[in-house]
Amino acid sequence: MANKNDAKTVKEPLIHIAKRSALPFWQSWLIRIASVLASLIVCAVVIVVFTGDNPLQIYATMFKGAMGTPRKIWSLLQSLSMLLCVSLAVTPAFKMRFWNIGAEGQVLMGGLATAACMIYFKSMPTPLLIIVMIAASVIAGIIWAVIPAFFKAIWNTNETLFTLMMNYIAMCIVSYFVYVNSVPKGSGKIGVINSDTNAGWLPVIGKYNYLLNIIIVALLTAAVYVYLKYSKHGYEIAVVGESENTAKYIGINVKKVIIRTMILSGALCGIAGLLLVAGTDHTLTRDTAGGRGFTAIMVSWLAKFNPLYMILTSFILAFMEKGAGQISTDFGLNASFSDIIMGIVIFFIIGSEFFINYEIRFRGHKIKKIKEAGVK
Amino acid sequence: MKKVIAILLTLALVVVAFAACGGSTTTDNTTAAADDTTAAETAKLDGVKAGFIFLHDENSTYDLNFINAAKAACENLGVEYVVKTNIEESAACKEAALELADEGCNFIFADSFGHEGFLIEAAKECPDIQFAHATGTRAHTEGLANYHNAFASIYEGRYLAGVAAGLKLNEMIEKGEFKAEEAKIGYVGAFTYAEVISGYTSFFLGARSVCPTATMEVQFTGSWYDEAAEKEAATTLLSHNCKLISQHADSMGAPTACETAGVPNVSYNGSTLSACPNTFIISSRIDWTPYFEYALKAVAAGEEIDADWTGTLATGSVVVTDVNEKAAAAGTADKLAEVKAGLEDGSINVFDAKNFTVGGKTLDSYKADVDTDDAYTPDTEVIANGIFSESKFRSAPYFDLRIDGIELLNEKY
Repeated sequence: MANKNDAKTVKEPLIHIAKRSALPFWQSWLIRIASVLASLIVCAVVIVVFTGDNPLQIYATMFKGAMGTPRKIWSLLQSLSMLLCVSLAVTPAFKMRFWNIGAEGQVLMGGLATAACMIYFKSMPTPLLIIVMIAASVIAGIIWAVIPAFFKAIWNTNETLFTLMMNYIAMCIVSYFVYVNSVPKGSGKIGVINSDTNAGWLPVIGKYNYLLNIIIVALLTAAVYVYLKYSKHGYEIAVVGESENTAKYIGINVKKVIIRTMILSGALCGIAGLLLVAGTDHTLTRDTAGGRGFTAIMVSWLAKFNPLYMILTSFILAFMEKGAGQISTDFGLNASFSDIIMGIVIFFIIGSEFFINYEIRFRGHKIKKIKEAGVK
Repeated sequence: MKKVIAILLTLALVVVAFAACGGSTTTDNTTAAADDTTAAETAKLDGVKAGFIFLHDENSTYDLNFINAAKAACENLGVEYVVKTNIEESAACKEAALELADEGCNFIFADSFGHEGFLIEAAKECPDIQFAHATGTRAHTEGLANYHNAFASIYEGRYLAGVAAGLKLNEMIEKGEFKAEEAKIGYVGAFTYAEVISGYTSFFLGARSVCPTATMEVQFTGSWYDEAAEKEAATTLLSHNCKLISQHADSMGAPTACETAGVPNVSYNGSTLSACPNTFIISSRIDWTPYFEYALKAVAAGEEIDADWTGTLATGSVVVTDVNEKAAAAGTADKLAEVKAGLEDGSINVFDAKNFTVGGKTLDSYKADVDTDDAYTPDTEVIANGIFSESKFRSAPYFDLRIDGIELLNEKY
């Protein structure tokens, strides 16, 4: 990175963007935290413009929305868990530089398999039914993930387009399924599945139906962390991600690794679908995945594919989402307003990555450069 | 190093989460619109806080009708309220209801048919909070003390609107614009189920009560709100030589198509006069204010809310707008007053079995699906003394007969 100090003064641009060498860990986190704070300030400005209310009150509202009551905290942790679960699913593939943006569809297919079991096998004894549901959702997620992986491994097709396309197919299949099974007939909605018998509903631990999902995802997080960090498979994934040729050279079967990793991705997405449909929602719509498949990409990237940091990034997103929703309600604003707030926050969070990876140098100010490196 | 910090951050997060958990006696001081003008005079409704869940926002005529009523009722009674708009018919409805419960609401209402199952789930979790749901069908079979359905005898309002439509047809026939046997009405419906069927049938019966040669064609859109599809359906009906259009769907699609074509329109959910000054005749709608006031008062007094509450002309729940003299036939308002009096004193029954035939036969017995199930199994005899008793066994409509004189161009479920 050490640029030679060529003192060409004639046509040097005012601003100069250069790749940074790796920042110390604490500095990069400082930048991230600063960006979240900056986004909150911009949000406050926007909110004040629209509502004319005290910004501090708005932050209080946000906090209230996310953590105002014990139930809300559980609900927040549940949202965090579900986002984290999908993020865990995409992470191994991303680490392998396989751009799986089909998590949305994979989650939906897992949810669809779960819902189908709940509807068609509702007379089965509950423990057996739940085992069938787990198997079905995992297999459905795997199938949806392995199809593009297979094509990628054998014919080197573009996995980004392929996985994206699979999302829309999944949505259409779900729409069809919901239409066929709508209750009552003609409503176009599947309603609460087995509301009378609760067949196939995952058990509730404690007062709310959030805790089970949280526990399962916590276990999955630990497992994925260990898998990526300490297992041979994890090492192979990292090598394939860094360089396929190196991987081939040292005798790693790249095709096998791609397919194996996508099986893992699909299985985790399938579990996310299972937890959403049988754990909390007890219904299926084409929005069951709720955009988590896409948000997860961000969660995973921002955390540099580290499952432990992903807890934090998904917390930030879940917190902001709940908080923004509360602002819409309390200030009588349209629900789109919370989308605007979320958009601003996400923009800043993604923007912070730019400042972590690149530095901005101004023309001929050495002192400033040093200062900048110190502050940012 | 990194690992340690990551773990620390995670721990900090958990600590923050649970710290907040400890101090969570939220007193809510930022409600959408606490009313201060009427609070003084009606302090007796202290201790009631209402929460409302709406499928769309003010842009939908259906939801706007509810939103206006909710505001009016709460402001009349000086009740604090919170509104949640754009809540889908999914688990989002349950989450919204639980959030309203967190806000301290002790009366929670949802306005869309598909909300019902999720609202019931919320009602099961919060037995101390009263839940009410418009257009739903399950309160009388669910056996939950804190879950209630409500609707109104809107078929009476539609019948009145139908009379206005029939008078307009008569006027056009007299003017020689078309022959009596060409008096065909077009109707844009959302879905082919009882709520819509009951609506268009009562409208048609009203029209035919004054214009005996009237017939009707119905085109369904398969959506409650799809402006393009509703416009398209209206255009189709106009191309079939329909002389007058009415609709039961929530966008401005059909009324604007009529205004463009210069064809009279009978509206629903509220006046479309401002957008369609030349063609709007009249509109019927349910005014939900009486129900909200009734329910809120019941909550305040600790009294039970009816499992099925049906508003009527008498409760002020079923209303028609003023007649647009510019488009309506002369004397419409007087005739409507007369018919309204007849409906109120019982001398006119909308679904009098004498007034319609099914497959050429007059019915003396019919089993309708009142206790909702997946397959619409008929379970209750609803014709008594030659009258189909709509909204008697539950508040939501169950009239789903296909009567002679009405042709369905398509069916959409």
